[in-house]
Amino acid sequence: MKVNTNSNPDARGYFGAFGGRFVPDTLMAPLIELEKAYNELSQKQSFWDEFASLLKNFVGRETPLQYAQRLTEHLGGAKIYLKREDLAHTGAHKINNAIGQILLARHMGKTRIIAETGAGQHGVATATAAAAFGMSCVVYMGAEDMARQEMNVFRMRLLGAEVVPVHNGSKTLKDAVSEAMRDWVSNIADTHYLLGSALGPHPYPRIVRDFQSVIGREAREQILEHEGRLPDSIVACVGGGSNAIGIFSAFINDTNVNLIGVEAGGTAIKPGQHAARFSGGKPGIFQGMKTYILQNADGQAEQTHSVSAGLDYTGVGPEHSMLHDLKRASYAYAYDDEALKAFHLLARLEGIIPALESSHAIAHTCKIAKGLGKNHLLIVNLSGRGDKDIGIVQKYSGEKK
Amino acid sequence: MTATMKQTLTAARAGSKSAFIPFVMAGDPDMATSEKIIIALQQAGADMLELGVPFSDPAADGVTVQRAAERSLNSGATLHGVMELVKKLRSKGVTMPICLFSYLNPVYQLGYENFIKQAQAAGAQGALIVDLPPEEAADYLQATRAHNFETVFLCSPTTSASRLKLVDAASSGFVYYVSREGVTGAQNALPQQLQDKLSALRAGMTNLIAVGFGISTPDQVRQLDGKADGIVVGSALVKLIEENQNDPVETIARSVKKLKNY
Repeated sequence: MKVNTNSNPDARGYFGAFGGRFVPDTLMAPLIELEKAYNELSQKQSFWDEFASLLKNFVGRETPLQYAQRLTEHLGGAKIYLKREDLAHTGAHKINNAIGQILLARHMGKTRIIAETGAGQHGVATATAAAAFGMSCVVYMGAEDMARQEMNVFRMRLLGAEVVPVHNGSKTLKDAVSEAMRDWVSNIADTHYLLGSALGPHPYPRIVRDFQSVIGREAREQILEHEGRLPDSIVACVGGGSNAIGIFSAFINDTNVNLIGVEAGGTAIKPGQHAARFSGGKPGIFQGMKTYILQNADGQAEQTHSVSAGLDYTGVGPEHSMLHDLKRASYAYAYDDEALKAFHLLARLEGIIPALESSHAIAHTCKIAKGLGKNHLLIVNLSGRGDKDIGIVQKYSGEKK
Repeated sequence: MTATMKQTLTAARAGSKSAFIPFVMAGDPDMATSEKIIIALQQAGADMLELGVPFSDPAADGVTVQRAAERSLNSGATLHGVMELVKKLRSKGVTMPICLFSYLNPVYQLGYENFIKQAQAAGAQGALIVDLPPEEAADYLQATRAHNFETVFLCSPTTSASRLKLVDAASSGFVYYVSREGVTGAQNALPQQLQDKLSALRAGMTNLIAVGFGISTPDQVRQLDGKADGIVVGSALVKLIEENQNDPVETIARSVKKLKNY
C-alpha cells in the first residue's frame, strides 16, 4: 500500500483503510458544510496568522521543551525531554484545537458551540474559547466522568458553559460523543460541534490533527536547537489520539524517529477492564469512522475502563489505525497503577504534577528508558497538568493504604 | 408468499393510501415478547415491519429508542438472535415484509455477504443501515444486488439535490424520508411543508417514499395518509412497550388499530 503518511486523507476522508464518514443522512449536510468551510479557510494565510497570534497571546505558546534532568538520571538511560503542553492556557493541549475550531465556527457564522468531554479538559478549553469569542456553549459529559472530574465541571460552569450530564450507556466519553451528535443534527443551522479529538467522521480527524500539529512543529525546532539533531523516540498517550497525532505529525516522514503511542491498560487487558484498542480491539465502524475499536463478537461496543477519563474510549483516531497497520508507529499500554506511580514520580522528581492521561506516557517511558541507553533522545508529550486529577489520586492512595 | 417491500408500497400508492409501517426493537423487552407484539401488529393491520437490531451506541436515536436498545441488549439480544426471531415469525404466519433496521458495525462484523444470506434465509426482505450513507456503501450494494436484497437509504430536509440522486440510486426497496432535522422520537406537530416535500420527492425519485421520525399520533398519520407511500411509526409504539413491559401486546394492538383507523 502506497501511502504518503504525512499528507491529508483522501477525498473521502480515508487515512489508508481507516476513517471515512459513516453517519446518518442528517449529519451529512453539516459535515459537508464543515469540510467546505475548512478547505476554504485553510487556504487563507490570514486565517493561519490569526490562529498563530491567538496561540501566542491567548494560549501562551510556544510551550517549552524541557530537559527532565532528574527523571533522566533516575531512570539511568535515555535523555528525556518533556514537551510542556501542561503549560498551555487551561492546562492541556486541548486549547489548540478549541481555538482553531472556534475561528472556523465564526467563519461559518455559527453562534452556538457544543462539545463532548471525557476528562473535562476539552470541555474547559471549549468553554474558554466560546467565552473569549462571545458564543454560547453546551458541553456533554458522561455522568460517571462528571463525578470523577468534578473540578473541571465547575470550571466549565464558571466560564459560562452549560454542562449536560449524559446518563446513557457507560456514562463516559463515547456516550457524550453520541449525545453531542444528537444535539447537532437537531440544531445544525446555528450550531458548530467542536469535537475534541482527532476522531469521528471526516473531516474532523484531519481538522483536529492540523490544529494540534503546532505541538510537533515546535518540538522539532526546539530539539534541533537543544541537541542539534532529531529525537530517537517520541512517546505520547493515546485516548482519541489528538496530542499524539499533533506531536507525531512533524516527524512522520523521519522514519528514524520511533513514534510510540501509549494507551490505557486499565487493570488488565481483558474485556471491560482497559481501553487499549490496539491490544484488544479490531477494525470496525464506530461514531462515524472506520477504525480499531473495542467490541464483542457481535459488534457491540465493549465496556472500557481507565483511571484516566481522557483515555477511557472505545475507538481511536483513524490516522493512528493507519500508522499502526503501516507499523510507522507502535502502540503500547500502561496499567492504572503504573500511571499512578508515574504521576507521583514526576511530581517528586521534576516538580510537575502531570495529568493522569500524560502519566501513561511517563509510565511507558519509565519502562523503556534504561534499555535505550544514554545516547538515546526521547521526547515525552506532557499533554496536560494534573490538578484535575488530585481527587482521584487521593482516592486511589487511600484505597491502597 | 411474502411480497417485497417495493411491491407492498407500490400497492399502497396504487390505492392512494399509505402503507402502515410500525417500528419495534427486536428483543425489547425480550425476544419472546417481541414475537407476540409483532404477531399482534400484523393482526392489527400493519403492512410492513421495521425491525430494530439493538446497538450499544445508537447516535441517530432519541431517548425512547435508546432505552429500547438497552433493554434488548440487557436481555441478551444479538444480531443472530434477531435473525432467529424473523425465522420464528415466518413460521408463525407473519407474512408482511420485514426490513431490518441496524447500525453498521454488527452487520460489518458479520460480513455483508453473510448478513444478507442469513437475513434472507430467515425471511427478511431488506435492510436500512442507519449510519451507512450511499457514499460508503459500494461494497454493501454489490452484495445486496447480487442477492436481490432490498436496500433502503435515508434522506432528510437537509439532503442536497445531488445527494438525493445518490440515495435514490442506492435504494431498491424504498427511500426513507426523515421528516425533520433531529433524532427519532415523538414530536407535537409535523414540520411545515412536509407534504410539499413528500410530493416533490415522489415526483423526483424512481423509488417509493416512506416517511418517519417523529410521527406518533393518529392525527398525524391521517394528515399524511396518501401523501407518502409508507408511514413509519416507531418511538410512540416503543414507548408503549416501555410503559407496559409486563403485557404490552394488548396495548400495542389497540394503539395500532387507532393509528390505522384514523
